[in-house]
Amino acid sequence: MPSLPDVLGQALNGLAYGVLLFLLSVGLTLIFGMLDIVNLAHGSFYMLGAYVGLATLAATGNFWLAAIAAPVAVGGVGALVERGLLRPLYRRSPLDQVLLTFGLIYLFEDLVKWVWGGRIRSIPPPAAFSGSVRLGSVTIPSYRLFVIAFGLAVAAGLWLLIERTRLGAVIRAGVYDAEMAAGLGIDTGRVFTAVFAFGAALGGLSGVIAGPIQSAYPSMGVSILIPALIVVVVGGLGSLKGSFAGSLLIGQAETFGKAWFPGVSMVIIYLVMALVVLLRPHGLFGRPLK
Amino acid sequence: MTARTRGRTRALAFAVCVVALLAFPALFGRYPVRLLQEILIWAIYAMSLDLLMGYAGMVSFGHSAFFGIGGYVAALALARRPDLVGALLLPGAAGAGAALVLGLFSTRVSGVYFIMLTLAFSQMFHAYAFQASWLGAEDGITGVPRPALGGAPLGDPAFHLYLVAVAALAVIGLWRVVRSPFGHVLVGIHENEVRMEAVGYPVRRYKLLAFVIAGVVAALAGALYAQFSGSITPDAFFWTTSGEALLMVILGGTGTLGGAALGAAAFILLQSLVSTYTERWMLLLGVTFVLFVLFAPGGLVGALRGRVGLRA
Repeated sequence: MPSLPDVLGQALNGLAYGVLLFLLSVGLTLIFGMLDIVNLAHGSFYMLGAYVGLATLAATGNFWLAAIAAPVAVGGVGALVERGLLRPLYRRSPLDQVLLTFGLIYLFEDLVKWVWGGRIRSIPPPAAFSGSVRLGSVTIPSYRLFVIAFGLAVAAGLWLLIERTRLGAVIRAGVYDAEMAAGLGIDTGRVFTAVFAFGAALGGLSGVIAGPIQSAYPSMGVSILIPALIVVVVGGLGSLKGSFAGSLLIGQAETFGKAWFPGVSMVIIYLVMALVVLLRPHGLFGRPLK
Repeated sequence: MTARTRGRTRALAFAVCVVALLAFPALFGRYPVRLLQEILIWAIYAMSLDLLMGYAGMVSFGHSAFFGIGGYVAALALARRPDLVGALLLPGAAGAGAALVLGLFSTRVSGVYFIMLTLAFSQMFHAYAFQASWLGAEDGITGVPRPALGGAPLGDPAFHLYLVAVAALAVIGLWRVVRSPFGHVLVGIHENEVRMEAVGYPVRRYKLLAFVIAGVVAALAGALYAQFSGSITPDAFFWTTSGEALLMVILGGTGTLGGAALGAAAFILLQSLVSTYTERWMLLLGVTFVLFVLFAPGGLVGALRGRVGLRA
C-alpha cells in the first residue's frame, strides 16, 4: 500500500494540475455558453500564452510581467479571431465555426514553430516560489502551492463576477438566450467579442502559469486541449460548476493513474469520460443542448 | 437526361477511370505512380469520413482512430499470415469492432459533444500506441510486408492492381450505401433528426451502423497505407491524421463521394508540390482550412458546379 504522505503529495500534485485544467476549461465553457461553439483552438491560446510569457520573461526577467502580458496579448488575438474570422460565420452552421477553429490549431502551432523554433523550453518559476515547502512529512514545490491558491482565487473571482455583477448578469443573459438579450437592448455583438477575448485571455494565462510545471513546446496546445475537452465533457459544457468539478476530478484521476497504474495511465481519464458519458451523456452538471 | 441514362453514363465514367488508373504505371515513372497510390489510399479514407460527415451529418474529429487500427492490425497480422485475411479482412473486422464500441458511446450524443468525444477517443489510441512496447511504442512497426497472393509477395505492378481493385470496390460499396434506402435515411437524419425519430426510425441504430461502416472503410485505408509505406507509427492515430481527412472532405466538398476523392487528390498533390519549397506545410494547411471554411463551403465541387451549372 502507498504510504499516507505519498497519497497526500499526489493529491496536492493532482490539485495543482486540476486547477490548471480549470483555468483552461473555464474559458472553453464560457465561450461555448455564449457562442454555442467549441473553440478547438483553445489549446493554441494556452500555447500562445506560454510563448508570450517566455518572450516577456526573456525581455524583462520578470515572471509577473509575463503573467500579465500573456493574457493581454492572447486576449487581443482572441478578439481578432472572433471579429475577423468567426463573426462572418454566425449565420452558418456552428460546425463551420468549429472547423475553422480546428484549422487555427495548425496555423498557430506552425507560426510558433516558425518564430520560436520547435524545441522544448522551460519557464523558471518566479524567485519567490522557487523553493519547496514541507507540510508535515510531505515536501512539495512551493510554486505548486501558489498555483493551487491562484487557481482557487480565480475560480472565486469568476464566480463573483458572473453571479454578483452587472457585467455577469449581461453574460448570463447572453448565455441563456442571446436573441432575447439583444431584444432587451444589450449589444450582444460586443459581449460576444468580449467573452471570446476573455476566454482566450484565461487560456493564455493558464499557459504562462503552467509554464514552470509543464514547460513550453509548440504541440503543447493539443496535448492540453484533449484533457480540457474531457473536463468539459465530464463536467458538462457551459457550466462553471461542471468545469470546476470536472477539472478537479480529472486532475486527480490523471495524477493517481500515473503513480499507481503506470502501464495504463494514459487511458484512465478516457475511461472516466466514457463512464460519465454512459451515465450522464451531457456531463455531471450539463443540460441537454437546445 | 433520364435517371437510367445518367446511371449508364456514370458507370461508363467509372469504368474509364478504373482503366486509366490501371494503365497509369505504363505511362508514368515511379514517383508519379507512388503519388497516385497515395491518393487512392487517402481517397478511400476521405470518402469514409464523408459518409459520416456529408451524408449522416456526424462530423467525426477522431476518424484517425480507425485508420490507425487498420494500419496496426495489418502490420501485426501480415507478419503472421501474409494473405488477404491479414491484409484486409482482419483490419476491416478490427475497424468494425472498434467503431462499434466507440460508436456506442459517441452516438449517445450529437453536435459538439460528438466532436469532442470522437477527438478525445482517437487521442486515447495515440497515447496508448505511443507507450505500448508491443506496438513498437513511438517508432511504430516497420518492415510491414505486402500480402503474398500465389506464393510470392506482390511485386510493384501487382500491388498497383491490388490497390486499384480495393479502391474501386470501396467506391462501389460506399456508392451503394449512400444510394440505398439506408443512405437516404441517413440524409434524412442529417436534415432533421427529430422528425426522423418521430416518423419511427431508430435513429441511434442508423447512426451507429453508419459509424461502423465508415470505421471499416477507414480501417481498410489504414491497412493499405501500412502495406504501401511498409510501416505504421502512432502518427496514424494523431489528431492531424483526422484533420487531414476533414480538410480533404472540405476541399473537395461535403456530401459527394467524388468530392472527397477530389479533395484527397488536391491535398496530396499540393503536399508534394509544396514540401519541396517550404517547411511551412502546417501553416499552409491551416490557412487553406480557414479560407475554404470562410469562402468556399461547398469545396471544389461546389465551386465547379457554380461555374458550370452542373448538377451531380
